[in-house]
Amino acid sequence: MSTTSTTEAALADAGRRSRVEKLARLTQRNGALVILLCLIVVSAFAFPTFASAGNLSQIALQAAFLAPVALGLTFVIFTGGIDLSVGSVFALGGVLAAWASQYGFLAALLVPLIVCTLIGLVQGAIVAFTSIPSFIVTLAGLLFARGLLLALTEEGSETYKVPGDSAFLELSRGSFLGLGFPVWNVIVLFAIGVLVLHRTSYGSTLLAIGGQPDAARLMGLPVLRSTLIVFAVSGTMAGLAGALTASYTASGVTTLGVGLELTAIAAVVLGGTLLTGGAGTVVGSLVGVVLLQVVANLINRMGLTNSNWQAVVNGAVLLVVAVAQVLLSRVQAQERQRRRGGEADAPKPI
Amino acid sequence: MKASPTTASVPVKRSMSVRAWIANYGVYVALALMVVINAIITPHFLTVANLRLQLIQTAPVLIVALGMAMVIGTKGIDLSVGSVMALSAAIMPLYIGYGTVPAILVGIAAGGLSGLMIGALVSYFGIQPIVATLAVLIGGRGLANVIGGEIKNLSDPGLAVLGSGSLLGIPYSVLSAVILVLVAAFLMRRTTFGIMVEAIGGNKKAAELAGIRIKSVLVSVYVLSGLLAACAGVLVAARSSASDPRTLGLLMELSAIAAVVIGGTSLAGGKVRILGTVGGALLMQLIVSTLVSHNIPDSVSQMVQAIVIVVAVALQVGRRKT
Repeated sequence: MSTTSTTEAALADAGRRSRVEKLARLTQRNGALVILLCLIVVSAFAFPTFASAGNLSQIALQAAFLAPVALGLTFVIFTGGIDLSVGSVFALGGVLAAWASQYGFLAALLVPLIVCTLIGLVQGAIVAFTSIPSFIVTLAGLLFARGLLLALTEEGSETYKVPGDSAFLELSRGSFLGLGFPVWNVIVLFAIGVLVLHRTSYGSTLLAIGGQPDAARLMGLPVLRSTLIVFAVSGTMAGLAGALTASYTASGVTTLGVGLELTAIAAVVLGGTLLTGGAGTVVGSLVGVVLLQVVANLINRMGLTNSNWQAVVNGAVLLVVAVAQVLLSRVQAQERQRRRGGEADAPKPI
Repeated sequence: MKASPTTASVPVKRSMSVRAWIANYGVYVALALMVVINAIITPHFLTVANLRLQLIQTAPVLIVALGMAMVIGTKGIDLSVGSVMALSAAIMPLYIGYGTVPAILVGIAAGGLSGLMIGALVSYFGIQPIVATLAVLIGGRGLANVIGGEIKNLSDPGLAVLGSGSLLGIPYSVLSAVILVLVAAFLMRRTTFGIMVEAIGGNKKAAELAGIRIKSVLVSVYVLSGLLAACAGVLVAARSSASDPRTLGLLMELSAIAAVVIGGTSLAGGKVRILGTVGGALLMQLIVSTLVSHNIPDSVSQMVQAIVIVVAVALQVGRRKT
């Protein structure tokens, strides 16, 4: 990307954007929302039971378990990193919550959050202080968290149960104003996420790190601290989602969360966040999560009961979105170049 | 980080040369250490049967790591290898009725196709390698599960020979790995293809200006990686006379990347070390088998592996420059 244009030039630029360029930009940012709305409208007509309150709340509830993971991951991806450990950490959080539930509500909630945050923190420290790419660190983290989970559960043979009278069960089963607690949880978390991204300097710091890590460092931005925080938060979010799932299923299922990181990444990318870092939205990730759940719902309705089709569709969706993002960026770059009359250092796409 | 020039004519600081030495030869030292330690603490380690077993178990990782080394040499990454292994193994049972060889060829062709798709996405569409291969990592295993379903029995006499037979005492899987290592080494050291691969990883712009057809080289590299991963998948399925798409090749990308990086191939691209990759794969295998032979539970073994990988890669790439 061109780094020569100053803020003023960029502002002046914005005023002169052509219609094609504006449209490409709009699609890139809100494409997922448009697809989601179209899909909902079409499915409502195609499947009479789709738009029923029962089905919609089912989709919302399912999305509520994935959404926190996607939120944590979104912030990691803003900085240009990736966290592949979230699936394992999610499963670990569930097991820890189910195990700790025998010691009361607070323990069931705090133990997974603390342990998972620590795992995220250690990964963040390794990413921040060495130059190992984050995907390797978090792949190793995936292995480590899975190993820890096996160590806690007699090599995976022990499934901890949440006591039937535990207040911890209410965490996922209770509701307020007609919405389940997990859905409220998502609303609150994403509201905080939006505020952090758009209303704090921390949000801009993250995007700056993702856009130009070296420039961010030279500007004196707290790169190390920010990296630590995003990975720690990603661990917390995965642990929280795992704990919620344990509360919902009343047990710590050891085999959960395999491949969850990939679904979460697909959701984030679908929401318009660039995997290269430096650009994206928090709300987009939520849209991405809901979109994937709607697709899953539709796959079931179309009779493809084999749940593995979901993975195939997720992979295909990720590719289509990635290609669309690149093509849309190209259109914008071409338009920009055309407007400037083919200036010398026109930015190349990618 | 920049790839440090290793030619003798370039003067390097002493601290740098120690680091470079570790990056280049550390793997062999570590490997020798592991062998010595095992010879002392592990009973029956230095027996023909055990060493043979170690080599058989190393073969699939090594074969995958060869393709990975080439991809990493172009400054790319291939996260799809584990799923491609599962995919090729899942497809084989469908064609085993036509005979052993056609089934194997179809399995390997599936890997090539997947590599072709990834290569096209990376070179012609400019998708980041990590995204394109991640999509195949997700979708590939899903597809393998859809095709293969649960564990499929692969009791074909031809495959059984490939899986457990041997020629002059050398198991076929080890033999294939050795042949593929030699081919890869020849390709990287003695052909212009090898030079082009390293040139692209070293400086893409310069390579382009030098007239290298970047797109076709990149596509070839990903196709090779896919083919090699599929070969590994075929070998694993043949050895176990079964294909289980849910677990076959799971986390193989991590083992392969670890083997390549520990072997001294820089993640920054521009350098492919085949012999180092062999050392890296053997080292990873020895670490795992040491843990297994001392009855360390799977859980602890996984955690130890994770730590070893991070430490080893950290030694290779060094601290972040601030």
